[in-house]
Amino acid sequence: MNIQFRENQEAASPLTAKTAIADCDIHPARATRTELYPYLAKRWQHHLEIYGVHAYQGMMEGPPYPKAQPNASRRDAYPPEGGPQGSSLSFMQKQLLDPNNVQLGVLNPLNTGQGIRNHELSAALCSAINDWQIDKWTSKDKRLKASIVVGNEDGLSAAAEIRERAGDKNFVQVLLLSRNVEPLGQRRYWPIYQAAEEAGLPVGVHAFGFGGNPITPSGWPSYYIEEMVGHSQCQQSALASIVLEGVFERFPKLKMVMIEAGFGWAPSLAWRLDKAWQRLRSEVPHVKRPPSEYIREQVWWTTQPMEDPERREDLFDVIKWIGWDKLLFATDYPHWDYDEPSRVLPAGVSEANREAFYLGNAKKLYGIAA
Amino acid sequence: MASLIAGGIDCDVHPAVPHLTSLLPYLNDYWRDQVTTRGMVDLVSQSYPQNSPITARPDWRPESGKPGESLEAMQHHVLDPFQLSYAICNPLYGVQMVFSEDLQAAFCRALNDWLVKEWLDRDKRLRGSIVIPTQSVEKAVAEIERCAKDRRFVQVLMLVMSDTPLGKRALWPIYEAAERLDLPIGVHAGSAYHNPPTAVGWGSYHIEDYVGQAQAFQTQLTSAIVEGVFAKYPRLKMVMLESGVSWIAPYLWRLHKFWRGVRMETPWVDRAPLELVRSNIRFSLQPFDAPPEPETLIRLFEHMQSDELVLFSTDYPHWQFDGQDALPEGLSPDLVRKIMIDNPYATYPRLK
Repeated sequence: MNIQFRENQEAASPLTAKTAIADCDIHPARATRTELYPYLAKRWQHHLEIYGVHAYQGMMEGPPYPKAQPNASRRDAYPPEGGPQGSSLSFMQKQLLDPNNVQLGVLNPLNTGQGIRNHELSAALCSAINDWQIDKWTSKDKRLKASIVVGNEDGLSAAAEIRERAGDKNFVQVLLLSRNVEPLGQRRYWPIYQAAEEAGLPVGVHAFGFGGNPITPSGWPSYYIEEMVGHSQCQQSALASIVLEGVFERFPKLKMVMIEAGFGWAPSLAWRLDKAWQRLRSEVPHVKRPPSEYIREQVWWTTQPMEDPERREDLFDVIKWIGWDKLLFATDYPHWDYDEPSRVLPAGVSEANREAFYLGNAKKLYGIAA
Repeated sequence: MASLIAGGIDCDVHPAVPHLTSLLPYLNDYWRDQVTTRGMVDLVSQSYPQNSPITARPDWRPESGKPGESLEAMQHHVLDPFQLSYAICNPLYGVQMVFSEDLQAAFCRALNDWLVKEWLDRDKRLRGSIVIPTQSVEKAVAEIERCAKDRRFVQVLMLVMSDTPLGKRALWPIYEAAERLDLPIGVHAGSAYHNPPTAVGWGSYHIEDYVGQAQAFQTQLTSAIVEGVFAKYPRLKMVMLESGVSWIAPYLWRLHKFWRGVRMETPWVDRAPLELVRSNIRFSLQPFDAPPEPETLIRLFEHMQSDELVLFSTDYPHWQFDGQDALPEGLSPDLVRKIMIDNPYATYPRLK
């Protein structure tokens, strides 16, 4: 989870020497404030200098719930050449990709053009970050794959960005965040799902984002820990909306990935949806099958942060209920709550399940050749 | 289904206020005049539309009027057939939705007096929850102290989707009064609709609001725990009513992990969240939101690592089960006894 773990890592990780893994949640950062400017029209460069991004939250810089560490990232992840954690490819290779034998690394850039009230600026920033992912990362290391970041509140321009990138092998998914102006099943987001389905790309929904709504159904809480734990509740509500609006029914080939919001809640949410649907299905006739079936078929889950029961084996019940074929290993590098690959699965997991969990499921979902 | 035992305590039944006009006799002249001259309408919350299938079981639905408005029907449907010692009445009348603290205080006072007169006085098995005007903490505390003189009030009732998170310090005088007067805080499903009913905004559907109650309970537990309510009021119990139960263990695994990671932010939380839940938080049984296989149920209760967390409820007249099948299959006789009798007595000091 933090710097102390790193010192013993090599001794404690026999796994890393031999087993190839996929890391389905890596956060690349910009080394400087203006690193995106070469990809932005002059108009937007001036705009940013004068007005900033004008997000669906009040702070000009940084989050209203201060993180537990600078940039929410590991203190040992600052690159030697300077810049914030996650901003150097060579240091990412040295600290994450090489020692852990990462064969596939999926990039999920945060703090980009999403959650911004000016939707034109949002689209410009997202397009810039997509170009930047190719130039700085995926073209320089073939293990890395990018996510198409889209202006989330304007479905039509988001769909245009997806179509623009469709077929480009640098990209393996479309990226949304869980907290938006409306729950993610709402119609304004459907063009995104339609374009992703057409392009054959999964839609990843990563925890976080700014949509202007209080981050609990009871208003704004006080603490960073409440925001962090609460990502799972935001994700549950977003997924419930997606199911109940009939998104999976309308886009039957759409695949979605729930990223960095836990997975322990998945069986309970599916059961609860099923029970309520049995009673109330006349309200949602477009949801034709029990909600748990759509979830079982069309949703994947990244693992980090793994839920942490006192008895580790309790988690295996939950994984069994979800399906070993639906979990995608992720570290969340360089964030502080990083899950160390050698430590997340205790002994007693079959070789086939272990391989699927660490690599096979991800390669299959993201269409990476064996 | 597991066998019911006699003498149980139903911790969640819902007597219905027939109409706002039913409260007129319990309002003073000023408020009676306000209600009538301003044409105020019945306070039905969209959390439970009257004709929604979850609002009443088909065989518990009256030919006319609101489900749950008749004492005789409640006796016939649950008090007698389930052979209950006590049933705790949690009125869900929509008084929390109004914004004026004065109006809300008048309605709460009338509702609590109505409950005494129309229900508690008419069946000695019934116990009540004190509905409080949360727009004013001062008025809420006054209402708790007024009603608590009647020992048949065994709990304070709040809604899970509230104006502010329940752990917020401004609300603590309510918890101080509740602890001092041996009253658990019952937190029931439902919203004042002063915030969007999900953490990601307004959904389209009633079913979405209902499913979303579970997420609201989760964020409220986090708030109460990390703000330090139980460090300050260690004897206070909170009971999650109509919350669902299958989410409890995985939710706690996550909370526990983050507490270990960032506990420096809330250093007053000096016991692990898992321990706090075991000592201070309880959950009502219905709706039991897990599949009907005994092996799944057994694993879920194993995951909770405690047989003291769950309290029996029928959620009358809401439609959560059919016939007498209030207890899901797979519960051992020992666990049935804990759920139906021991755990409720241990939770509600005023039942003794």
